[in-house]
Amino acid sequence: MIWTIAYRELRNLFISPLAWTVLGVTQVIFGLVFVAQITSYNSESGEGGITAAVALPLFGWASILLLFVIPLLTMRLIAEERRNHTLTLLFSAPVSMTEIVLGKYLGIIIYLLMLSGMIMIMPFSLLIGGSLDFGLLLSAVFGLVLLLASFTAIGLFMSTMTRSPTLAAMGSFGALFLLWMFALSADMFGDNVLSYLSIINHYVPFLEGVMNTRDIFYYLTVATVFLVFSIRRLNMDRLGA
Amino acid sequence: MTRNKMTESDLIEVRSVSRQFGDLHAVREVSFSVRQGEVLGFLGPNGAGKTTTMQIITGNLAPSSGEVIIAGYDLLDDPRSAKAAIGYLPEQPPVYPDLSVDEFLDYCAALNAIEKSVRQEARESVKRKCGLVQVGHRLIGNLSKGYQQRVGIAQAVIHMPPVVILDEPTVGLDPIQIREIRQLIRELGKDHAVILSTHILPEVQTTCDRVQIISAGELVLNDSIDGLNKHMRAASVTISLQNDAKLSLLEGIPGVKSIHAEADGRIRVFHETSLDPTQEIINIATQNNWGLFEIRPGRVSLEDIFVELTTDEPATGQQEPS
Repeated sequence: MIWTIAYRELRNLFISPLAWTVLGVTQVIFGLVFVAQITSYNSESGEGGITAAVALPLFGWASILLLFVIPLLTMRLIAEERRNHTLTLLFSAPVSMTEIVLGKYLGIIIYLLMLSGMIMIMPFSLLIGGSLDFGLLLSAVFGLVLLLASFTAIGLFMSTMTRSPTLAAMGSFGALFLLWMFALSADMFGDNVLSYLSIINHYVPFLEGVMNTRDIFYYLTVATVFLVFSIRRLNMDRLGA
Repeated sequence: MTRNKMTESDLIEVRSVSRQFGDLHAVREVSFSVRQGEVLGFLGPNGAGKTTTMQIITGNLAPSSGEVIIAGYDLLDDPRSAKAAIGYLPEQPPVYPDLSVDEFLDYCAALNAIEKSVRQEARESVKRKCGLVQVGHRLIGNLSKGYQQRVGIAQAVIHMPPVVILDEPTVGLDPIQIREIRQLIRELGKDHAVILSTHILPEVQTTCDRVQIISAGELVLNDSIDGLNKHMRAASVTISLQNDAKLSLLEGIPGVKSIHAEADGRIRVFHETSLDPTQEIINIATQNNWGLFEIRPGRVSLEDIFVELTTDEPATGQQEPS
């Protein structure tokens, strides 16, 4: 049942021009970044491997870009169904709230995996003339997927809060941005609770090739917590407050 | 999966269900049941709790207290089995405008756990039933309101649920479509249990076996159409007089039960169904020179009953006949 909903969500994304536009625009931006990195790597005949110099900035950019893109992808998930009164269809069907939430979540995750896959094609093209540090690349991809998973869960939760997709997008963007900016507190006060909570601080180690259980745990916790919140929020629709 | 003990044919059983929104009692101690092969007309003014009740029965809203048994499954304990037995068309048909009719119905079939091998068959058969064969490939958003409504009904019955709940299914349809939908509902009523909410009272008389009226969150009437017809024949005669009259004279006529002066100056004489006092009234009126200028049989309509039950004394729950 989760797959049925996930598949529908994925199809819905591709029915609207949004999914295609996002894929297109991100590819153009990543392409530009990639070319710029290669050019500077060539002119500096840089130190360090080509993976660190060319591929990793791509992942840095990806995190920033997705901060803007994911709220746009997740905003419709529940909010639009609520506004169009189609949520009744899911609520009346023999489907649990958990299945609804996980189905919707999975739909977006599959799309984002496609997007990440397309980002990966660029570094892999370097294999034509050189070699790659696959360990480092794997670590970066793994980090990106975890980052996406937590972003999406937050976006999904924001979408369950309202009937206006725009509001949901703004809410998730605000929340993600705030979590991101917690990193700045470390500049002023050194490492503290806020900087630990910062969603981006846990991403950086992955780009250095360090896969820490601490960071993996952080992302999985964020994703789980917001998925549970989403389920609870949908249940409140039924129970009424 | 506990199957509760109940009459085998009782497909819907609602037991003293209440629902509060803050201080507002939207639904109060509502109990009723619907048998297989029965169409229940559910009436009530806007805001009386009709939709709330239907949302509770379909699991879209949790009751504050009470229980709902659908096809033997408790909706709260075993929602999956109970919901599998329900088809629900809410007031706003829950259709995705971006999908074609076929895509949408396939999705509904999958959501209702219809086996993949028979999904196409289920879709085609429901399309035939609801008159959607011609529009299968069209986008729902481009269809007329009537067709969208049909897609909504198709969605509710695609998995052949024993219980079908329709919230104002004929709103926005043209007269021919209304007839077709009524026909469809009658068809469904043969082997399903159907609850039909509507504002169109003649619709109830033509399609339903039983009527139930809710007012201010409480059931004020629950009667079969036959019983209701008897009720409505408990007849009266309405007369208008030009001159003052000694109405007590009328009370002597055999069969006359009571006399009411209406607000508009007319006089209503209630009598036994078997004894029609019309001729007697005319005789007395002419003898006494009352200036009788209007006399007509006052058959109570469903509308009268509806208005009486929902406006005069709302929510006392005492006028419950039968």
